[in-house]
Amino acid sequence: MMRERTVNGIVLAGLWLIPLTAWLMGAPFTITLATKVAILALAGVGLNLALGIGGLVSLGHAAFFGIGGYAMGVLASHAQAFDPILTAPFEWSGTKSMPVIWLFAIVAGALAALVIGALSLRTSGVYFIMVTLAFGQMFYYFAISWPAYGGEDGLSIYVRNGFPGLNTLDPIQFFAICAVVLMAVLWLVSRIVASPFGLALNAARQSEARVRAVGLEPYRLRLIAFVISGAITGLAGALFADLNRFVSPVMFSWQMSGELIVFVILGGVGRLFGPVVGAALFVTLEHWLGGLSDYWHIYLGVLLLLVVLFARGGIVGALARRDGHD
Amino acid sequence: MTGVLFAEQVLNGLQSGIMLFLTAAGLTLVFGVMGLINLAHGSLYMVGAFAAAAVAAWTGSFLLGLVAALAAAAAAGALVEVVVIRRLYARDHLDQVLATFALILIFSEGVRWAFGSFPLFLDIPDALSGPVMLPGGIAYPAYRLMLIVVGLAVAGGLGLLIAKTRLGVRIRAGEADREMVAALGVDIRRLYTVVFALGAALAGLAGALVGAIQSVQVGMGEPVLILAFVTIVIGGIGSIKGALVGALLVGLTDTLGGVLLPLLFGLFMAPSAAGATGSALASMAIYILMAGVLIWRPRGLFG
Repeated sequence: MMRERTVNGIVLAGLWLIPLTAWLMGAPFTITLATKVAILALAGVGLNLALGIGGLVSLGHAAFFGIGGYAMGVLASHAQAFDPILTAPFEWSGTKSMPVIWLFAIVAGALAALVIGALSLRTSGVYFIMVTLAFGQMFYYFAISWPAYGGEDGLSIYVRNGFPGLNTLDPIQFFAICAVVLMAVLWLVSRIVASPFGLALNAARQSEARVRAVGLEPYRLRLIAFVISGAITGLAGALFADLNRFVSPVMFSWQMSGELIVFVILGGVGRLFGPVVGAALFVTLEHWLGGLSDYWHIYLGVLLLLVVLFARGGIVGALARRDGHD
Repeated sequence: MTGVLFAEQVLNGLQSGIMLFLTAAGLTLVFGVMGLINLAHGSLYMVGAFAAAAVAAWTGSFLLGLVAALAAAAAAGALVEVVVIRRLYARDHLDQVLATFALILIFSEGVRWAFGSFPLFLDIPDALSGPVMLPGGIAYPAYRLMLIVVGLAVAGGLGLLIAKTRLGVRIRAGEADREMVAALGVDIRRLYTVVFALGAALAGLAGALVGAIQSVQVGMGEPVLILAFVTIVIGGIGSIKGALVGALLVGLTDTLGGVLLPLLFGLFMAPSAAGATGSALASMAIYILMAGVLIWRPRGLFG
């Protein structure tokens, strides 16, 4: 068994070396797949903070993913149509700048997570799962029936949004942006997990009564974790929309929430790099099995079933023991 | 809006609520007795609808289609329980969510592989295809009225089954204290299989009955599954009575919200904007209802 840190190093090296090799060999499609991995991994990292560390099984994280996507879609569609999004107090016609869009996606994701979390965290266990699922569906149906931004058909953004000093239309440069964002968030999450807040959150999952006994309020810890988690997933949603240059209610669908959980579990729940491994495996399987058979979801289902029934701890769990005491 | 039109919408709401109850009852029963959250319940609904459509097309008999739906869903439920679900009772909810999510993928793609992506059609039997005149001059489709009657009858039968029969005693005992029931010599494993198959059969029946007024297609189960979740969260998980009350509330809110909200907004908005805002809000109405119930009673009305 390796140390978890060794596994993380190998994963990180793979994340950068595979697309760089593809770039040297002139295989842009592989770079796009790697970009997809980085973005979905980012969404999974967000979910992992709530699910893996906080023990909050949210089946509604597609809400934040979709909100991030629509933050990008709304801002960029106004900018491309020169149609002011705000007329008072000052005129503003949206933006095509990624950092500004990210800021909106993060804030919108955090606000949605604050409202959904404040309500859902009043419940626990199986109620929490169902309530988060229902809130996710609420956004899904709202996006379908609200005609202003494409309704069921979604929104197309014709040119990928810009990033100062880089050409985002070049696959390897866009990959680099996504991968750097992913690494920054991984670093941030590792700091959060090691902080007093992260330790208290972890403790609240393991033994709520003891956390209460030392004077901490589990509800508040969980709500903060849920908000950070929603913000990260919202940011991933904005990047995902930029990857596809398209937003649609599918980003809000509950299958999306399910897939996010699948990334976290396949990789290893509560492991820092678990979602990265899970997303990489998922995208690889999707591409490989999807080429073999139209019915590749059957194989995915069987694989997932086998992992849940017989290989708990996911791939990182199978490769590495936990660092430190656990 | 006239009184007749309103009464018609109330009946529509009752009809969709009572069909929702058939799906929600199995979900809440399985959770109450086994402590299992089953995302694949919607797949059993779909299996029932496909079995009914296939058998009805083959034999020409709607009734045989219903029998096939009950049998196929119960058999699929029992099979899944023995092969997969049984291993999940002792696991945490996260594992249950994932494993049953995997089952949805397998069921959906399996049915797509067997029947193709195009919807099947299940015809309403001729005897029930016309309207019936109800007191007050309401002409209401006979088939939908039959759905309300059948749904109420099944709800009553389920209530009697749980309150009066030996199986019902065992189910209630299993809910209360699993070890004690096993110690008294009840084969708890078989009981669980029976309860799961019973819930599956109810979902399959609902799928077949509703399939005749909607199209029978892959993915039809998931919207119903989510409505059923909302229903049992409102009613209180594990409570059959809660499922009935929750289902009727959800059915009425969904149907009446879709009709009344655009009209309400029409009072002070332009018609096109009122239609858009009203229907967008109506699509969220049941979730707002659920949030309201949870703020008031976090464990549901009867939880």
